[in-house]
Amino acid sequence: MTLEELEQIAQSVKQESAKYDYELNVCMDLACMSQGADKLKDALVKAVEASGKTVMVRKTGCMGPCSSGPLVRVDPQETLYHHVNFGHAEAIVNNLGGDPVPSLQCDLNDHFESQVRVVLENAGHIDPEKIDDYISRDGYKALLMALTEMTPNGIIHRITESGLRGRGGGGYPTGLKWGTVAKATGDMKYVVCNGDEGDPGAFMDRSVMEGDPHRVIEGMALAAYAVGASKGFIYVRAEYPIAVARLTSGLRDARRRGLLGNNICNTPFSFDIEIRLGAGAFVCGEETALLASIEGKRGTPKPRPPYPAVSGLWGKPTLINNVETYANIAPIVRNGGKWFASMGSERSKGTKVFALTGKITNTGLVEVPMGIKLREIIERIGGGVPDGHKFKAVQTGGPSGGCIPAELLDLGVSYDGLMKVGSIMGSGGMIVMDDTSCMVNVARFFIEFCMTESCGKCVPCRAGTAQMFTLLSRICDGKATMDDLDLLIELCGTVKEASLCGLGQTAPNPVLSTIQYFKNEYIEHIVNKRCPAGVCKIQAPVEVLA
Amino acid sequence: MRKNGFARHALIETLHTVQSSFGYLDDDAIKFVAQTLRVPLSQAYGVVTFYHYFSLKPPGKHTVTICAGTACYIKGADKLIEAAEKHLGVAQGQTTSDGQITLMTARCVGACSRAPVVLCDGEVAGEMASEQMIEQLERWAVE
Repeated sequence: MTLEELEQIAQSVKQESAKYDYELNVCMDLACMSQGADKLKDALVKAVEASGKTVMVRKTGCMGPCSSGPLVRVDPQETLYHHVNFGHAEAIVNNLGGDPVPSLQCDLNDHFESQVRVVLENAGHIDPEKIDDYISRDGYKALLMALTEMTPNGIIHRITESGLRGRGGGGYPTGLKWGTVAKATGDMKYVVCNGDEGDPGAFMDRSVMEGDPHRVIEGMALAAYAVGASKGFIYVRAEYPIAVARLTSGLRDARRRGLLGNNICNTPFSFDIEIRLGAGAFVCGEETALLASIEGKRGTPKPRPPYPAVSGLWGKPTLINNVETYANIAPIVRNGGKWFASMGSERSKGTKVFALTGKITNTGLVEVPMGIKLREIIERIGGGVPDGHKFKAVQTGGPSGGCIPAELLDLGVSYDGLMKVGSIMGSGGMIVMDDTSCMVNVARFFIEFCMTESCGKCVPCRAGTAQMFTLLSRICDGKATMDDLDLLIELCGTVKEASLCGLGQTAPNPVLSTIQYFKNEYIEHIVNKRCPAGVCKIQAPVEVLA
Repeated sequence: MRKNGFARHALIETLHTVQSSFGYLDDDAIKFVAQTLRVPLSQAYGVVTFYHYFSLKPPGKHTVTICAGTACYIKGADKLIEAAEKHLGVAQGQTTSDGQITLMTARCVGACSRAPVVLCDGEVAGEMASEQMIEQLERWAVE
């Protein structure tokens, strides 16, 4: 395969699609599938056959606004239809060329206007199971450019220049990490993709793997070339069967085209990828635990250093990045580091994908430039809190993050900014809560999660989270005293300082941030024995009549 | 096992295959896998019990899995779990005495935009209401 051949494939795809007058792109992401998108697609194909029009019906990855699903986009007009079911198929096909079907037309200008799509640029435009569709949108161009025109150091330099930071949560500078692995000595090096999206409430990695699997594969191949690795693993949750299927078919197609395997594109570079399935353990998102799991062991973390960059899989230097990080690599190599660095804020570059869920009108996936205000995401893109309720807090970073109250909504989204207010960027879950959520109960929910997911290796995390859960339960049940609250805060400090891995070190964050911003709710529970949101079932104290 | 070249590190993959064929992992299966891959039985058993995805008990004829991820929790998954437990008379992770229905909870299936989510025999159903779920359970009870 050469650049010219790649260009030929891209041209033939374009010629093929030029034969059609219209394209009907049907979103076949999990959310739309659960609302009957597969039936809809079949109905559209039938309607097209009956009408005699030349229309291409294509299945695509997630288009974003999942709450409006199933979604269909008519190209080249870019008309977006929402809440479509198979009964609408005929009307849609009949109206092609005329005015759009008014009852289905969806007006989400506000939702799309402030978004910038880098990671999701192909989602909704390509069939994830067709490698040629990906190639027609500049796919694998970066890999070929790199292999034929660039040195490994040149790529690392470009990534460093872009200012890309790890999208899995920690925000470690990607270029620096790659440099460390590249410098490490050893005959064998590994590249690992962390697709164990354990954070409940986040699903951007799933959507990327399902909607654009080749982008992840290309990113990993570029990383392998840059650091000198010859073997890669993608670690995916077993809960994501569609992602596993699409990655498997993606790997097979890439091998067939000679983009993976021995002597890729007639260069000395050889690289191949295997898929590894997770088995439902949140702690496996932690890199050393993930490596243990790939080796077929219990997923318990190890103390660092040595970092995986020096001693990882089977003791060899290993590069671990998150799905979204790899998804950013190909565009950076293609367009240059400066292009990427021109987006975002001073210390957080580029864009970030967020999974917007909870009590918000437009749930779904959004991609925004770093530095955008939280208010913009929630009120403009998200459409605000529905049903006349009042916004209370937004939770970012999952069980390791914190709750951000309404007063701080003008905060710009960046790694450092979120850290300053007691939360973290995390992998990108953003859960909106309104006045019907009790913050003490939310804190208890997260601690319960951390308690059950603690691997049990170190005592502060295993015993600490259990004690925190007991204390929080007492507060929720209205049986606590103010001393319990002090004890809880003290315990948070201990667990944070003394735990072995990220799970324990960040487990107290949801508790601390809710105490910081919603202390009055805790005090209401403790002193007045009532839950302001009416969530906790507190036995009303017996009124003593004088 | 052959697909992975009988590699020891493919233990989790192999267990996945066994579970998807038999529905659960019994003692014989774990012993067989451990022996064939030359992994100590203690390690195989340790792996099976460490990961939530593996089950040592046979499931019922139907399985209802209620997602207990954050987004689902905010939208009232706890009420769904309560309703299901009350209706079936079993706690989460258990099967009704007639072996018809198993009640499970999951840590996020990634369909958060459609919360609360319930998986009925693996099929994702979003924006679930208690009544709707109970109806499904009643249909299953007699099937």
